[in-house]
Amino acid sequence: MSEIHDAPTASQLVESVREWLERDVLAGTTGRLQFHARVAINVLAMVEREMSLGPQQAIEHALRLASLGVADESELAAAIRNGDLDDRLDEVIVAVRATVTDKLRVANPGYFAKE
Amino acid sequence: MSDQPFDALREGLRSVTASSKVENLSRLSGGASRETWRFEADGRPLILQRQRSGDIRDMGVEARVLRAAFAAGVRVPELLFSGSGDDVGNPIGSSYMILEHVSGETIARKILRDEQFAAARSVLVDDLAESLAALHTIDPDTIAGLPSTDQVQQYRETLDGLNSALGQSHPAFELAFRWLEANRPTGSRRSLVHGDFRLGNVMVGNDGVGAVLDWELAHIGDPMEDLGWLCVRAWRFGSPKPVAGVGEYDELIGAYQKASGLTVDRDVVRWWEVLGTLKWGIMCMIQASSHLTGMARSHELAAIGRRVCENEYDLFLALDGRWSGLGGRR
Repeated sequence: MSEIHDAPTASQLVESVREWLERDVLAGTTGRLQFHARVAINVLAMVEREMSLGPQQAIEHALRLASLGVADESELAAAIRNGDLDDRLDEVIVAVRATVTDKLRVANPGYFAKE
Repeated sequence: MSDQPFDALREGLRSVTASSKVENLSRLSGGASRETWRFEADGRPLILQRQRSGDIRDMGVEARVLRAAFAAGVRVPELLFSGSGDDVGNPIGSSYMILEHVSGETIARKILRDEQFAAARSVLVDDLAESLAALHTIDPDTIAGLPSTDQVQQYRETLDGLNSALGQSHPAFELAFRWLEANRPTGSRRSLVHGDFRLGNVMVGNDGVGAVLDWELAHIGDPMEDLGWLCVRAWRFGSPKPVAGVGEYDELIGAYQKASGLTVDRDVVRWWEVLGTLKWGIMCMIQASSHLTGMARSHELAAIGRRVCENEYDLFLALDGRWSGLGGRR
C-alpha cells in the first residue's frame, strides 16, 4: 500500500463509509432514499473488492493478453472482430471468459450461477 | 386542485371522452418518453398515456397495433380514444391514448413471490405463450408505420458508438456478435413482434395474464424474438427458472406450439435469447453513459455500468458448448 499516507488505507476509509451507510442511513430512511442508500452500499462494497482483488487480476489479465499476442482489450476485441485469432478461438474463448469471471467477481459475486 | 395544467388536462379528458365529469385524476408514472395517468370519466376507470415532447416515436403506430391486437383476441386493454400531437385543437396537448383500465399487478417480484399470485404462476407460462401465439397471427402489413430493422446491425452500431464514447471495448460482445452472425436463423416467419414481452409489461391478475401492455417497441420481425427475450436472465428477476422466472424452456415451447400449431426450433429461440442478452448488456452501457456524459448524474446509473459483465457472463453460459458453430473468417 501507499507509504505516503497515514492509516486508514483507502479501502479502510471506503469500508468505514459503507459501514455507516449500513448501520445508520439504512435504518433512518425509507422508500426511494433507502433504495439509493442500498445502491451506494453495493457500490462501495464493489470498490472494496476491486481494491483487494484488482492488482492480482491485472497481472493475470496482462498474462492472458500477452499469451494471445495482443496489447490490450481493444486489440483483442478488434482481433476477434476481424477474425485474426480464428485459428486460436478456443484459447480466445477461455481467456475472455476468465476476464469476464474476474469482472463479475468484483462487480457482483452473488451473480454466479449455481452450477 | 388549482393547478392550471392539471385543470386543463382534466378538461381535455372530459372533452375527449365526451363525459360530464372527470374525477380522481392522478399520475401513475412518468418515463422519459411518456406519462401514464389514471382517472374516472363519469365513474368509469380509464388510463391515459400521453407522449412527452421530444419523444420522436409516433404513438399512432402503437395505437394501430393495440387495435389490431384487440381485434385478434389478444388480451389487451381496449383502446377507446387516441389522438396525435399534430391534430389541430388536440385537447390533451400531445399524442395520447385513452385505454380501458385493467386491474392487476405488473411488478415482477410480486408476481414471482407473493402468495396472492400462486394460482396465476401455475398458468403463467401457458397464458404468456397463448398471448404470444395470438399476437403473432397478426399480419404486420395491415399496420402502417411498423419498423423493421436488422437488430444485429443496429446494436453493432450502438455498441461501436458507446465503446468509442466511453473509451472501452468488449471482447465478450465481439465473440457474441461473431456467433450471432455465424448462426443467423434461416427461413424465419415474418409477423408482428411485441418487442418487449416480459414480466413488468404484462398485467397479471389472481388467475393469470389479464392484459399485455407496453407495445411501443412493436415491430415487424421473427416471432421467435419474443420467445427469446422472455428467457433473458434479466427478466427472471432473480428466479432460477429460465422462462420469465416461472417456467422451463420446454414448457414455453410446448405451450406455444400447442397454441399456435407451429413447430418451434429450440436453437432459434436460443439465438434470440443470446441477442437479447447482448442487447441488455448494451442497454446497461447506455444507462452508465448517461451518467458519465453528465446527462443524468446518478450513482444508480453509474453502478449499472458494472452490470455489463453480468450479461457477458450470461452469454458464456448460453453459448457453453456451442462455440463450434462460430466457424472461420466470413
